[in-house]
Amino acid sequence: MIVAVMAALLVTMVLALARAFLGPGRYNRILAINVFGTKTVLFVAVAGYLFGRPEFLDIGILYALVNFVAVVAVLRLTHYDDLAEEPATDGEERT
Amino acid sequence: MIVLDILSAVLLAAGALFVLSGGVGLLRFPDFYTRIHAAGITDSAGAGLILLGLLLRTPSWETGIRLLIIMLFLALTGPTASYVLAFAARRDGVPIWRAGDRRR
Repeated sequence: MIVAVMAALLVTMVLALARAFLGPGRYNRILAINVFGTKTVLFVAVAGYLFGRPEFLDIGILYALVNFVAVVAVLRLTHYDDLAEEPATDGEERT
Repeated sequence: MIVLDILSAVLLAAGALFVLSGGVGLLRFPDFYTRIHAAGITDSAGAGLILLGLLLRTPSWETGIRLLIIMLFLALTGPTASYVLAFAARRDGVPIWRAGDRRR
């Protein structure tokens, strides 16, 4: 059962990579990489159960955090051309 | 125990089905906004079902708590990432696909 779930996750990761290579425009690519990161979290968790070492779940938590921060950071970078500084605009302009 | 194993297998199979359908939708849907729908399916339904299925076969309670933490993070960050992506694309002027348009 767990092997079947791993196979489904691998196929989905390949499909997301195909969309990341094909996808016109930057938003399709960012979306595909986001899906790939979420599937990586699931894959690490399921692999921990397959190998009988559930300590892998810590790595999964780390991946979940880094994935979300990376998506928001890339969106900020493509919009503002800067990661740190808040540009002088009105309040609703926020990523 | 056998009941828990069967229930866990059903949940894992349903999660794998959701993840696969989301992946196919990510490749086949015609434009960006419809692809967000497919990605959201894999983020919420697929991940939640697979992690619930794993939760039913945890050996110890520390592992269960880690699984619950992962579920909480994914439930918080998945919809937020989808919203931020859709907001940024809309502000950037990505056009919306209508029926009969060319795929892109």
